[in-house]
Amino acid sequence: MTDLTASRIQSADAVPARSRFPIHIAVFLAPALAIYTLFSIYPLIDTIRLSLYAGDETGARSFVGLENFRTLLSDPNWSGQFWNAFRNNLIFFLIHMVVQNGIGLGLAMLLSLPRLTGGSVYRTLIFLPTMLSVVIIGFIWQLILNPLWGIAPSLLKAVGLGSFFGPWLGQESTALLTVSLISVWQFVGIPMMLIYAALLNIPDDLLDAATVDGAGPFSVFWFVRLPLILPTLGVVSILTFVANFNAFDLIYAIKGALAGPNFSTDILGTFFYRTFFGFQLQVGSPTMGAAVATAMLIIILVGVLIYLFGVQRRLQRHTF
Amino acid sequence: MTTPHSKAFLRRAGQLLATASVAAAALAFAHAASAQTLTIESWRNDDADVWNTKIIPAFNKKHPDIKVQFKADPPTEYNAALNARLAGGTAGDLITCRPFDASLDLFKKGNLVSVNDVKGIENFSDVAKSAWSTDDGKTTFCMPMASVIHGFVYNKEIFDELKLTPPKTVAEFHAVLDKIKADGKYTPIAMGTADQWEAATMGFQNIGVNYWKGEEGRKALIEGKQKFTDPAYVDVFKELASWTPYMGDGYKSQKYPDTQNLFTLGRAAIYPAGSWDVPIFRKQADFEFDAFAPPVVKDGDKCYISDHTDIAIGINAKSKNMEAAKTFLSWVASPEFADIYANELPGFFPLSKAKVDVKDPVAAKFVGWRGTCESSIRNSYQILSRGTPNLENELWNVSAQVMNGSMKPEEAAKKAEDGLASWYEPHKK
Repeated sequence: MTDLTASRIQSADAVPARSRFPIHIAVFLAPALAIYTLFSIYPLIDTIRLSLYAGDETGARSFVGLENFRTLLSDPNWSGQFWNAFRNNLIFFLIHMVVQNGIGLGLAMLLSLPRLTGGSVYRTLIFLPTMLSVVIIGFIWQLILNPLWGIAPSLLKAVGLGSFFGPWLGQESTALLTVSLISVWQFVGIPMMLIYAALLNIPDDLLDAATVDGAGPFSVFWFVRLPLILPTLGVVSILTFVANFNAFDLIYAIKGALAGPNFSTDILGTFFYRTFFGFQLQVGSPTMGAAVATAMLIIILVGVLIYLFGVQRRLQRHTF
Repeated sequence: MTTPHSKAFLRRAGQLLATASVAAAALAFAHAASAQTLTIESWRNDDADVWNTKIIPAFNKKHPDIKVQFKADPPTEYNAALNARLAGGTAGDLITCRPFDASLDLFKKGNLVSVNDVKGIENFSDVAKSAWSTDDGKTTFCMPMASVIHGFVYNKEIFDELKLTPPKTVAEFHAVLDKIKADGKYTPIAMGTADQWEAATMGFQNIGVNYWKGEEGRKALIEGKQKFTDPAYVDVFKELASWTPYMGDGYKSQKYPDTQNLFTLGRAAIYPAGSWDVPIFRKQADFEFDAFAPPVVKDGDKCYISDHTDIAIGINAKSKNMEAAKTFLSWVASPEFADIYANELPGFFPLSKAKVDVKDPVAAKFVGWRGTCESSIRNSYQILSRGTPNLENELWNVSAQVMNGSMKPEEAAKKAEDGLASWYEPHKK
């Protein structure tokens, strides 16, 4: 169709060959491309460039190649912190994958029950925390869990479980788990919404056909719905991965940049912040910070690539 | 395409543009007219009121031609925000200086100018200037403003009720704690480890000076003659560990504001304090409170206090109002400023040699220890926090861990020493 039109115009007006370049494509792409280049690609490339430099005390920078990365990975003072942050970040991510996306899937299934009253009320309530500021979330949960005046200890005491309460945000063994669960609580609405939308997209006749064929509710879920929402689950996973490895704000709001106790809640984001901006008496190093940022970029890139080539290619998008 | 709606939109956009350009022109004009406006960069957002209603008006009485603007960031964001503004060339004329390396770094990068030739610098002793001078002590780059002193604040009503007297020695201190604990109504020590710095600053540095003998120990540590694994330092960690049975429920996730509230609500008897807490308690506590100095180890020992040089003010090297900035700095060095600052912000004590009359009785008590005890500054601030791992961060970490019970005092001392020895030549032997 387009070919036909194009050739007709060409023959009718005999336009010079140069202007046959589809200018409109460039015009429509330009705004997005310009903004994306200016605010995303350029800073990214400049960060990578900066990570190859080192600054001295007068602020002058000199090219050092991969020296910053060698320090980051081989100097025990740096690599210990880096791998600790990486490990914590991985735990942070796994908790989100299992708990946040698991609960999100469950909630989406419940919401899509045909005879559910007040579905939109639940949906709104569950999605509400996602729209609140992280600082507010951090503040509210610190108050709830506060051992001195929080409601968590008194609630637990009221049901006779008072002895189970502990200063969870302050113990090395529980701090990361607690912070992760707070984050899960905040963001559980996002997988829920995405999966809910995917579930709504499944035509009823498929489910009806399965039921007629004798499938129970479990089989319908396992053999009909789940395969049909797998692509969405894939997208949810990769979104969770990228968001978690870029996370910073909640930990910073609750535990500060030193991410205590004993760096047990330190993730790559807070490690980067300390390195780049400095902390208390630690003077910030933009170049070393850029190296940490580049390492984070590489980690995220590897994760996304594994997903793209290992997972997404095998997923089949069903069209109805 | 040109519907009436979009015409109206265009017209409105045009008006907006016109308004904006007029406003911009007006701003530019205002800027040109008041070339003598000084902007102060600070992290003391708590004090903005005092600056705007007391300090700046007092300055303007003497120098009506210089306008001063106080602009503060939250303390935790100050360093990052200031560095970004200095790099971008939009930082203010006057820069509030953190002690030691953070400011030394700014000076070495050419962001601060020397204040050796500014009138009034002669009002300060070498110790007062040490936090804002080059390592050789020859160049000073910020005008010292104030120091903070550590000690213990106690609830006088609780002490009266339980018939306790402020302790002088560590043994007496523990006897007092035992009595409060035995009574059971009050938390003996208000302190938490969630923020980590409380353990290091209000704990380790507060009581430590009595163990390592103030400046003597601090200098020996810098010269490498003493190590964190020496008994004096291990004993400080041991003493901190012994506090934990007296601290509130769930102190591990208790943050600094929780600690302050615990005390001001009258639920805790003793509060390991920084003198900057005094004005806050003055406002919030409806009971009488008083202070005692860090207890000495043995009766008759000489007492030491952490009298930490905390805040100073310097001039942005790119300032267009250099002369006005120097005038302001000279005024900061004057007894008049010292008097206003000390009494409007009791708990921040002027560093100048001028005799200042502190009117708040508790703040006066803190500053009175300067006469009976020897002053020292925090031992991790000068030189020792230059490398990686950062000693100050390490001390926060290990002090909090000792108090959490997840690290033994000896292990904490070893970790601090190992970290230091990994980069600091005098400690490598």
